[in-house]
Amino acid sequence: MIRTLARKDLHTLFSAPSTWMMLALLQFILGWFFLARLDDYLQVQTQLAQMDDAPGATISIAAPLANLLALLLLMLTPLFSMRLIAEERRNQTWLLLATSPLSSAQIVLGKFSGLLALLSLVILAAVAMMALLALGTRADIGLILCNLLGLWLLAAAYAALGLYFSAVSRQPVVAAFTALAVSVTLWLLDMAGGLLRALSPNTHFQNLNSGLLSSADIAYFVLFCTFFLMLTIHHLRRERGGH
Amino acid sequence: MPAPTTLSARNLVRFHGKRRVVDDVSLELRRGEVLGLLGHNGAGKSTTLMMLSGALQPNSGSVAVCDFDLARRADLGKACLGFLPEHPPLYRDMRVDDQLLFAARLHKVSKAQLPEYLELTKRRCGLLDWGPRLIGELSKGYQQRVGIAQAIIHQPAVVILDEPTVGLDPAQIRDIRTLISELGDSSSVILSTHLLHEVEQVCDRAVILREGRSIFNGTLDELRAHSDIESSFLRLNADAESEHA
Repeated sequence: MIRTLARKDLHTLFSAPSTWMMLALLQFILGWFFLARLDDYLQVQTQLAQMDDAPGATISIAAPLANLLALLLLMLTPLFSMRLIAEERRNQTWLLLATSPLSSAQIVLGKFSGLLALLSLVILAAVAMMALLALGTRADIGLILCNLLGLWLLAAAYAALGLYFSAVSRQPVVAAFTALAVSVTLWLLDMAGGLLRALSPNTHFQNLNSGLLSSADIAYFVLFCTFFLMLTIHHLRRERGGH
Repeated sequence: MPAPTTLSARNLVRFHGKRRVVDDVSLELRRGEVLGLLGHNGAGKSTTLMMLSGALQPNSGSVAVCDFDLARRADLGKACLGFLPEHPPLYRDMRVDDQLLFAARLHKVSKAQLPEYLELTKRRCGLLDWGPRLIGELSKGYQQRVGIAQAIIHQPAVVILDEPTVGLDPAQIRDIRTLISELGDSSSVILSTHLLHEVEQVCDRAVILREGRSIFNGTLDELRAHSDIESSFLRLNADAESEHA
């Protein structure tokens, strides 16, 4: 049942021309950035060869690429997530789901999985670009995999957050702007100190981005997703119950 | 021996804010029966249907579909139920076949049965040649047919239709009413409408709502006991109004 809904949502996302345009633009930006970084690296390669502890190609090219994609995911995910529930309500197709045997939790998980599947394709395309480095040098596969995990967890976090705002907003555009505002605020918390900094997804992504795999960072993202998914389920149940 | 009960609603109450929009409504539906839910605009018909279909939970009271309480076993109860809201819940960018298959999968139709159910439903709703068409390109009448088709594709025991003929031309209205009569042979149907002659043509029993309360619940013969159905409807509403005053 969850898979049925996820497949339908993935189909809906891909049937919108705006999705293809956004994906094409994203690939263009990533491709351009990758080539620019590669070019920069090749230019300083001879100097790097003389250093004892010179950074490798993966940390110089792939890690900044993942960092850029993390920033782009922050901006793009609300544009995809806004449609998930708010648009179903606006188009009055929500009642098909609400009167089906699906529970609120299954609806939320189905929609979350559909969006995450789309974002996973975006991430895999970027990771494939990073893996191209292996053609010309000995790439740090561990670092690439660590970035893949980091990007995927970050995408899941933004998808869960966007889904919640799509559930509480009547208009998809309002859902997108609210999700974006909250995501940017959380991103900026990285610049704060102490506990606030620990609340920022960026703080935890930066660890994975530099190749530091820590269970604390993974736990943060799991808790972040669980919190927003539970909040969405609770909202839908409350709405049905009218309390 | 009376036919088994397929849907039973007891003492339904629902508030919108502090306003009681449905007040102590009870009704029962038996297999093969077509029940008309009548009332002026704002009488609480749509809210009642939303509760019967499980889209909304009543603030008090209970709904059971095929003996499954919607508050406890919503998944089993809703699998026995098909619902067409006032605005058909259709994805305009989907093809007719895809929409119907999606609705069937949501209602737990097994993979092996999907082609057979799809074919049968399209035949019943006159959509055999329309499978590959995009829903957004269809006329309102055909969209309404697809709306009914998505409500019945899983062959539910109870079909709930909210104003299914609103905005259709006379030929389309005739076709939809014929379809509703046919549905009454295999399923139980609840039809919400404010058209009295529609109830006369297709329904076996009627429930009349006024300001959220049920002011009549019986057969059409009982409604016609003293005069024609329209006069009875108006008289019952006038009686309820004077009682309220």
